[in-house]
Amino acid sequence: MIPHLHPHTGDCEHACCLKIEHLSVHIGGETILDNIDLHMHCGQMVALIGPNGAGKSTLIRAILGQREYEGKITFHEASGKEAKLRIGYVPQSPAFDRGDPVSVMDLFTCCIFKRPAFLRPTKAMREKVLDCLANVHGEALIDKRIGTLSGGELQRVLLALALEPMPNILILDEPLSGVDVEGMSLLMDMLDEIRKKFDLSILMTTHDFTMLEQYCDQVVLLQGKILRRGTPLDVLNSEEFAQAFHMGGGTQA
Amino acid sequence: MSVWYAFLNALGIRMFEMDFMKNALLAVLLLGPLFGLLSTMIVTGKMSFFSDALGHSGFTGIAIGVLCGAVQPIYFAVGLSVLFALLFSFVRSRTSQSADTIIGVFSSTAVALGIFIVTLGGRSFTKFNRYLIGDILSVSPQEIGLLALVLLAVVLLWGFGANHLVLTAVHPQLASSRGIATKRNETLFTVAIAIVVTLAMSWVGLMVINSLLVLPAAASRNLARNLRQYHLLSVLSALLCGLLGLCAAYWLGCSAGATIALLLAVYFAVSFALRNRAA
Repeated sequence: MIPHLHPHTGDCEHACCLKIEHLSVHIGGETILDNIDLHMHCGQMVALIGPNGAGKSTLIRAILGQREYEGKITFHEASGKEAKLRIGYVPQSPAFDRGDPVSVMDLFTCCIFKRPAFLRPTKAMREKVLDCLANVHGEALIDKRIGTLSGGELQRVLLALALEPMPNILILDEPLSGVDVEGMSLLMDMLDEIRKKFDLSILMTTHDFTMLEQYCDQVVLLQGKILRRGTPLDVLNSEEFAQAFHMGGGTQA
Repeated sequence: MSVWYAFLNALGIRMFEMDFMKNALLAVLLLGPLFGLLSTMIVTGKMSFFSDALGHSGFTGIAIGVLCGAVQPIYFAVGLSVLFALLFSFVRSRTSQSADTIIGVFSSTAVALGIFIVTLGGRSFTKFNRYLIGDILSVSPQEIGLLALVLLAVVLLWGFGANHLVLTAVHPQLASSRGIATKRNETLFTVAIAIVVTLAMSWVGLMVINSLLVLPAAASRNLARNLRQYHLLSVLSALLCGLLGLCAAYWLGCSAGATIALLLAVYFAVSFALRNRAA
């Protein structure tokens, strides 16, 4: 069920690994993230949880290279050789303007092709995009305007986009917000399928704790620093989790 | 130019008998696609208020140019407004205040500075009225050449950079996660707007120039389902309204800039009424 389980930062032998070491972020004299250490192995699904303002987005932006940070973020192949990290990023969906006259095909064109998106796409381009969409069972969405997609459909399109070119790690920012229950399990099943098929690691932030146990190998509870890290059950039943979410003990996930 | 003159003479249209009308027609044919293209990105990037502020800074540039006695205040003005635009982008990226507020600050400061300089020493503002209202008939062949160069530059920018510009406008964070230099794109585009606005101001007029930069795309968004339609509709509408506006202005004896803006507003109203048909 769980392929590579290293609940604590441990050895990275025989698995490719994203290493975050002593990462700190200061913004305007304030410490947002303090000395974060995190290892993620290929094929792992890691959930980043924490209350609002805990620094989840900041950590993601640091990994994406959009925030200045102290510390080290490195990626090693299974052989132990350091390699360039390719990130597939799925942004939070409500950040799109629903009125933009941008079709799914347009979005792909802007991201992966040189030919300007205001010209008619070539047949080869369309086929390539259909291939990408097939990864998320979304071929039918190609000519739809982004603004008309449902939350779940948009997430799938963004996911297909993040997989082209194939990354080492997939980062999803709140992929479950704005997605209904049915869409949620569909999306999670799909992520599960993708990480097994392509052996990539998946890091996601979420406020939904119900699916952690079923899908995640590692849960990281963040609030400025890492409060607790471990298997879903371990974290959800911990004292730190209860305190961070003001539940006064017990899990009410 | 002589080919163009001969061509229009051969057509024998009375409206275009005079050379200045021939010039104006050519200018409109160049300005249409220019505004249509820039418009798509201004609206997608939510920069309509920003481009307005750039227009104001262009006016200040012209005022300073005239004050310094530059032989060609227009070149001077373009340089200044590009500088102003860069400063503006810099402040915008370095502050936690909302873009809305910063734009307000810069916009009013620019106009105040422009008026201050123009009226310094008890001089009259009157000769600057032409920059507020604009007069397309005043365009010279030399300026048309410049306009053609700018259009060529913008078309090249679009040909090579449109994909990244669109992505930056639609979702900056997604764009930068894919290794696109979003800051550089935004700056490049800002500079393009500054140049076009400053150049076109004396023909279109500061008061209405922003409607030409916003309306074509704003209306086309109501109808377009993809980027191809969006660009096509925006450029065509700017071109068509430009031509119709020039003709209407000729017959009615009113400002061409204002007439074009009004026609575009009509187009917006029509597209708004039809918006639900385009899913």
